[in-house]
Amino acid sequence: MMQKIFSIIFLSMFFLFCRNTEGKTISVGKNKSVQSIQKALAIAKNGDTVLVYAGLYKEGNIFIKKSIVLKGINFPVLDGENKYEIISISANDVTVDGFKVQHAGRSEIKDLAGIMIYDSYNVTIINNILDDTNFGIYSQHSRKCTIKNNSITAYGKNEVQSGNGINCWRSDSLLIIGNTIKGHRDGIYFEFVTNSLIWRNISTENVRYGLHFMFSQDNNYITNLFKDNGSGVAVMYSHGVKMFNNFFEDNWGDAAYGILLKDISDSYIEGNHFLRNTVGIHMEGSSRIVLQRNEFINNGWAIKIQASCDNNVITKNNFLGNTFDIGTNGSLVLNTFNGNYWDKYEGYDLDKNKIGDVPYHPVSLYSMIIDNNPSALMLFRSFIVSLIDKSEKIIPTVTPENLKDDYPLMLPLSL
Amino acid sequence: MKKIIKYVIVDLLRNKIVLFYTLLSLIISFSIFNLESNTSKGLLSLLNIVLIIVPLVCMIFSTIYIYNSAEFIELLVSQPLRRRTIWISLFIGLSVSLSLAFLIGIGLPIIIYQPNSTGFMMLLMGFLLSIIFVSIAMLASASTRDKAKGIGFAILLWLYFSLIFDAIVLFILFQFQDYPLEKPMIIFSFLNPIDLSRIQILLKMDIAALMGYTGAVFKDFFGTTTGIVVTTIVLSLWILIPVWISAKKFGKRDL
Repeated sequence: MMQKIFSIIFLSMFFLFCRNTEGKTISVGKNKSVQSIQKALAIAKNGDTVLVYAGLYKEGNIFIKKSIVLKGINFPVLDGENKYEIISISANDVTVDGFKVQHAGRSEIKDLAGIMIYDSYNVTIINNILDDTNFGIYSQHSRKCTIKNNSITAYGKNEVQSGNGINCWRSDSLLIIGNTIKGHRDGIYFEFVTNSLIWRNISTENVRYGLHFMFSQDNNYITNLFKDNGSGVAVMYSHGVKMFNNFFEDNWGDAAYGILLKDISDSYIEGNHFLRNTVGIHMEGSSRIVLQRNEFINNGWAIKIQASCDNNVITKNNFLGNTFDIGTNGSLVLNTFNGNYWDKYEGYDLDKNKIGDVPYHPVSLYSMIIDNNPSALMLFRSFIVSLIDKSEKIIPTVTPENLKDDYPLMLPLSL
Repeated sequence: MKKIIKYVIVDLLRNKIVLFYTLLSLIISFSIFNLESNTSKGLLSLLNIVLIIVPLVCMIFSTIYIYNSAEFIELLVSQPLRRRTIWISLFIGLSVSLSLAFLIGIGLPIIIYQPNSTGFMMLLMGFLLSIIFVSIAMLASASTRDKAKGIGFAILLWLYFSLIFDAIVLFILFQFQDYPLEKPMIIFSFLNPIDLSRIQILLKMDIAALMGYTGAVFKDFFGTTTGIVVTTIVLSLWILIPVWISAKKFGKRDL
């Protein structure tokens, strides 16, 4: 009996003791006992919290190898002096919160990032401001990491010399939420990343793409804004992509796209808004994609669909004020375009079921001509072009006869 | 010369057709700008009017006016005046009044709704097109004495510039589609004032991105200051050459 009580007391004391060590907090600051982050990291143990008070810290590369919480108070500045990678993490359960990370180094051999995550699990990067970091946040071989509410700015001038905002490689189950990314090569770049959620990010004014991914299966992109990027968004060689309610705006220029889909299959693109892009969606070698309830407004081409695409369903979309609704390069059509609203539709609805009685042919002859012969754009908006387009609309001869909407809507959908 | 110009202008300003043309274009332009939800779209609709209706009206009206004032011209020729002076004065009178009609009818709404570089470019191009087609009309009417023939010729010329020329270009594009035609296209556009003005206006609307490589070549050439200067020079040649030829023809003609 006595022994039992003793052991219970001993055990509870042991747990108490353990708790105490786990909750230890180390403060770093000018007037604190520890004055450098490096020193704090050296004395910290797994589970500790390192609080960093405001100030300028030029400590080279800060390498976190223990499961700690590194928390900044009033945004302490970590400066890489254009030489170092600033924060590197290679431990599980690390949190980096509330820092201003600036002037990361740049190297031709190694990708130096503002915050780098190596082979880790459950790392959280939250509420940081990254300024003039070559690569912003870089995750490689990591799982279940959260990158949230960071503001990442770079001043990339060209594609070769600048890095990506959020760069993920061979990672899984990432949560990338509410980040603001600006001025990089690619805003968000994924390669071999799976099962991740990209939600409420704003990616603007990047040199190349707002979002760029390859070989990244089963990811969800929800309510992001991609605006004013050099070439819009490019996604390639992936399946199981779900893009809902994103905004693709003002990607205007030669070879700029709202989205470039190359070899994408079994995916859903729904409820997105494509505004003022040279090409809203450019599809190449893509199959089994459901494109519905999207809005295409004031684009050059709403959708350019190459003849290499098959079994795509394009339905319940609004096409408003686009110069060309659909562009294509061949006569083979393996996709369906039924039940959309086209503002250029000139048919009638006798039975008043709000569905037009005659099919709509969204490909104009002139857009076919341009596809074969780009110089013909000299005649853009000329009298002869509208004349031949009108005659082609009545009797399709050159344009693919099967590319048509059999049930065009009379009124735009409210999206 | 001044007196003749003054007389022609006063005569034309009192002309009901010119007044009607001014008023109609004023009403059309205002209604286009008010109907379209955004004004840049309105500008696009107006583009067709500037490129098709304005040349047509200038062409037909000038031809008819010259044929109708045949007696007045004969009277002037009997006076101690040089034939060239009479002809040039007629041309100046016609172009001043018709370009004035354009500036009021279409220019005024553009200045009110789109006072930017695109609007200004359209204004400039419409203004030049008015004068160019008066000049071409002079050529048409100087080439024959028969009124019906002259008007027919004018209509044919208008058809040529607004339709047939483009059809020929399209045909050439398809015949030579294996060759790089971007630079020849620039030369081709010089051969038709309507095409040239359309390209110049569209480039201001930032439509170049749609045009891919061709657009880039066009923008590199037409978008620069040199390009605009060259365009203006070419358009001025389009004014001067037909008038000069027609003045020569009129000088030799048996009235």
